[in-house]
Amino acid sequence: MAIDTTQQAIERLLLEREIEQFLYHEAELLDERRFSEWIDLIADDVHYHMPIRRNVKFGEQARENSDADSEISWFDEGKATLAGRVRQINTGLHWAEEPPSRVCHVVSNVQILDVHGDEVKVKSRFLVYRNRLQDEVDLFVGKREDILRRDPITGWKVAKRTIVLDQNVLLAKNITVFF
Amino acid sequence: MVHISRSRQDRSLRDLVDWEQGHVSREIYVNEDIYQQELEQIFGRAWLFVGHESQVPNPGDFFQSRMGEESVLLVRDRKGELHVFLNTCRHRGMKVCRYDEGNSLLFTCPFHGWSYDTDGRLVGVPNFQTAYRGELDKSAWGLHEVAQMSNFYGSIWATWDPKAPSFEDFLGAFVPSLRRSFEGSDGGDNGLEFFSPVQKWRLPTNWKFPGFSFAGDHAHGAMTHRSTTVAAFGPQGELAGGDRHGVPSRWASTEYEMSIPALGHGGHGRIYEQPGVGPYVETWQTVLQADDYYHEMRDKKAEKYAGQYLHGVSGCVFPNVICGGSRILLWHPHGVGVTESWRFYTVDKGAPKPVKDAQRRYMMRYCGPGGMTESDDMENWNYAYPASLGTVARRLDYNFQNGVGHAYADDRVPGFTLNYRIGEENQRSRLRRWLDFMEAGSWDELSPAKR
Ligand code: FES
Ligand SMILES: [Fe+2]
Repeated sequence: MAIDTTQQAIERLLLEREIEQFLYHEAELLDERRFSEWIDLIADDVHYHMPIRRNVKFGEQARENSDADSEISWFDEGKATLAGRVRQINTGLHWAEEPPSRVCHVVSNVQILDVHGDEVKVKSRFLVYRNRLQDEVDLFVGKREDILRRDPITGWKVAKRTIVLDQNVLLAKNITVFF
Repeated sequence: MVHISRSRQDRSLRDLVDWEQGHVSREIYVNEDIYQQELEQIFGRAWLFVGHESQVPNPGDFFQSRMGEESVLLVRDRKGELHVFLNTCRHRGMKVCRYDEGNSLLFTCPFHGWSYDTDGRLVGVPNFQTAYRGELDKSAWGLHEVAQMSNFYGSIWATWDPKAPSFEDFLGAFVPSLRRSFEGSDGGDNGLEFFSPVQKWRLPTNWKFPGFSFAGDHAHGAMTHRSTTVAAFGPQGELAGGDRHGVPSRWASTEYEMSIPALGHGGHGRIYEQPGVGPYVETWQTVLQADDYYHEMRDKKAEKYAGQYLHGVSGCVFPNVICGGSRILLWHPHGVGVTESWRFYTVDKGAPKPVKDAQRRYMMRYCGPGGMTESDDMENWNYAYPASLGTVARRLDYNFQNGVGHAYADDRVPGFTLNYRIGEENQRSRLRRWLDFMEAGSWDELSPAKR
């Protein structure tokens, strides 16, 4: 019994470690602007969603984040659109990212919420710092909830990503970074 | 009157804005005193866009909107009437409502607890009998309401100036165009609903950069949006070579800049060489049902407009809103060098869910700060501002000469002047109206009827 528990604990630790390493690897690819490699880590059926946060009354928290099913968000898309964004940046003519921004993704508070077959539900915090041209700075801070799926080639793929940015009025002029 | 700052020297506003020749001083975009005067002279007097009735369908529904720099509440009262109030408590100024939208039959101020009914009446004052001895005249201290409000085919507009003309007179020849901006795709009046919530974001530039450029500056498209062609995010996806727009009608037509020089409204429009509405062209190949739906709507519209020459102008209503093309773009002044952009997205009220979803997702990937098209607009509007701020830079004029002297009237579009589709006629007409507003002492000098 004790062996089983230890074994389970070790497996759990290894899984956590593997997931963290995957998230760090993604962040590394994004910060190094290796977008064509990053997009390979995105599942074909991905849902990539960044809701808009409303100011709502106590008790109405269910309405705080815009709903992907019927409302307007900052992002609400699949892989085709994400891949289009990668192609756009790679033209070198996407002025919002040309000259390229300096971007730093800090990922932390990684928690595994659920394991279901070959899928793992993971919550994390992000702090994305964007610095552009001489002195332009944007900070995007919030929480992510991902469903990661085991993949024979890349190890894991992002099957679902919800990005909950802690802002109401977006304090940046645009969002041309990936999360 | 406005304080003349050192950098403006003793130049009058008229001297700064020569819209006829297309020379416009950068001062009017960067000068703090001029900006303060705009808030008074333009945003305190013009009709401004507030919202849409579909945002507040039920009694007690409210939507926190904005006019100029100030927060306002669009409220449907208990009886179903719409109101627009300044969002400030009459006691000590606290924001009465800090929620973006919701439903409430009473607005209770979080500071000392004065409360207002949905029609703006002050109905509750703590300690009214004891401390105030029942002497406070509650009827005089209700929420401050706009001087005039107009429900224009479902869209809500308001002005702080009791002397402003009716909204229709303010629009002049732009009435039919704006009316069509709120039509459903079947050509039916008031055919739209607004998606929730509103995208709001801060853009470090003067409000006139986006406000006057959008729907006024076709010249930027080829350069600013060059990178979008590879992204293929139009309704048709990667089919048809990929584009950011849908597939256009095959009917012969010419696109023009269309403006109403004396009123500052206008945008771009297409005039077809034959009357009526052209045959439907499939463009939603990536979405089940959408082409079927839009085809059916197109046929209804063709029936309605049979025999009529149509010129859809989606464009700017002076001073700061652009309507049409499934979205409303609102550029609020937020300090001389900051614009708070608000983006509303619209869709046919009666469209089936898959069509609404497709329309919504198309708008999100195209528009707004995360949109593949507009993210690049933001960069250009942003950096044009600081590059105009310098002591030397602000001595220079901007060049608005594209198409000067080539506008002409055309019987097919009464009240408008036409010019080549890529030009700056619209921006010159906005600047002309801007100057009128800035110089005029009152609406007596601005009313279109008196011009
Ligand atoms: S400021 Fe609202 S009650 Fe005093
Ligand atoms: Fe643009």
